[in-house]
Amino acid sequence: MKTYLEKTYIIFDRELRGYFRTPLASIFLLVFLALSSGMTFFLGRFFERDQADLTAFFAWHPWLFLILMPAIGMRLWAEERRSGTIELLITLPVTNMQLVIGKFLASWIFTLIALILTMPIWVTVNFLGDPDNNVILISYIGSWLMAGAFLALTSCLSALTKNQVIAFIISSISGFVLIMAGFNLVLSSVRSWTPTWVTETVGSMSFLSHFSRIQMGVFDLRTLVFFVSMIILCIWINVQLVQIKKAD
Amino acid sequence: MSSKLIDAKNLKKSFGEFIAVDNIDLSVLRGEVVGFLGPNGAGKSTTMKMLTGFLEPDSGDILINNIDLKSNPLKAKGFIGYLPEGAPSYSDMNVLEFLSFVGKMRGLNKNLLTKRLDEMAIQISLKDVWNKPIETLSKGFKRRVGIAQALIHDPDILILDEPTDGLDPNQKHEMRNLIKNISNNKAIVISTHILEEVEAVCSRAMIIADGKLLANETPANLEKQFGNKDVITIKVFNKINTVLAKNLKSSLNYSDVKIEKLDKDTNRIFVSDAKKTPDLNNVLKQVNKFKLNIVEASFVKSSLEEIFRKITTTNASS
Repeated sequence: MKTYLEKTYIIFDRELRGYFRTPLASIFLLVFLALSSGMTFFLGRFFERDQADLTAFFAWHPWLFLILMPAIGMRLWAEERRSGTIELLITLPVTNMQLVIGKFLASWIFTLIALILTMPIWVTVNFLGDPDNNVILISYIGSWLMAGAFLALTSCLSALTKNQVIAFIISSISGFVLIMAGFNLVLSSVRSWTPTWVTETVGSMSFLSHFSRIQMGVFDLRTLVFFVSMIILCIWINVQLVQIKKAD
Repeated sequence: MSSKLIDAKNLKKSFGEFIAVDNIDLSVLRGEVVGFLGPNGAGKSTTMKMLTGFLEPDSGDILINNIDLKSNPLKAKGFIGYLPEGAPSYSDMNVLEFLSFVGKMRGLNKNLLTKRLDEMAIQISLKDVWNKPIETLSKGFKRRVGIAQALIHDPDILILDEPTDGLDPNQKHEMRNLIKNISNNKAIVISTHILEEVEAVCSRAMIIADGKLLANETPANLEKQFGNKDVITIKVFNKINTVLAKNLKSSLNYSDVKIEKLDKDTNRIFVSDAKKTPDLNNVLKQVNKFKLNIVEASFVKSSLEEIFRKITTTNASS
């Protein structure tokens, strides 16, 4: 068990450092901070709302993540396959599960760093008023969980192709479908030809409805279970895809 | 228990309709260097990928140091160092970071890793590029980094897919010396389509084409089996009439002597023998007896090349 975790950690460590080895990390962090605060203050009308909370900040996260999480996760497997390093990885004495988990965790922790860097907004709102910090903490955790689901999905889909751009596009589209799953637009197209339970299942898959519940400070078990099982499912599929696609 | 470090039986692998590897047996002892020869697309890389556990064979068994690769892949993989085709590496890492990463993944502890890194820096001559990003290195250095990552845990088995591909002649020479130097207590498999490489470093040559094993012999035995094709060519500035030609042929004690007229005054004499290598000194002495003006003399040793062509074209198409 010790070596199992150790090897996973070595993969994680390499991958996380990899983000900072290129300008990618700093560019991403800058873009993330600029967009998240820009949206909060301009689109979210942070000041005009005249309320001491971060609703205007978190409300944009699903849409930000829709673009930014595929940008972080697109290279995880596509790049290994393009450069041929996947052959090195798989012939090392590790399991595919260790590889997938190590890589996924690296991208997830990177996102955590990005979220932590948004702390000035939290400080600002505390300075200006008296917000409910429990709601903010829950929103942060929810946001990070949702990011994890997006990343696991991206990682999984990036194993399908050698091309990072294709990985980015299919991940964004899939993410969009998952966000929109709760909307009538998607539900009505499914409702007409499937049984009710399917419609309900699709509806319950919506990232947006789960996340909006969190944003209100309601952290129910269903939401936690939803995002965590989404992550586990994607990781499992990811392992299978690596196995199937490694030699293509 | 056998002393075979690699023991593979009845390996088969197909991709869709295409049969890449068709029933190949392969075993390698400690101290052996096996050269895997074959035209492009013959199944060399596929076989190596199966031996290293990257691909699962459709059928057949692979024992690595008597451990079944299929049922105990992690343990079996631990014995192998592998240089994949094209020597892929993480181009954004520097040499030290990359080798440390592989070393740690191979389970080396801190002290051992430091020791092995130092040895690699010297043995593979990587000192000069130690802290440079791999993407900035020349092809020769990238290939060396690939060898170093395969050797970092001092494995019993080394599998190198085209280790000298794309290197210049000096680098090729260095790489061959390196392989020779480390070959004592290891089982090494290298794939190549360069025949002189097999003659230079391999104790055994396995020739495959269309996924089938066509020959499995020492280079010398291959020569014996398929006939010697060494040729001595001498260009003379003389007219050679039929009488002279007949005398020349009888005085040159080799089975195959041909004379070709280049123009009015120059002729070329080819000397070869399927049973033995013609001796240049002796041939020149004989030719001199006829007071001929020798303007050019050459000795071409192309034995394996010929054998290779013979085996892979006749057998594969039949």
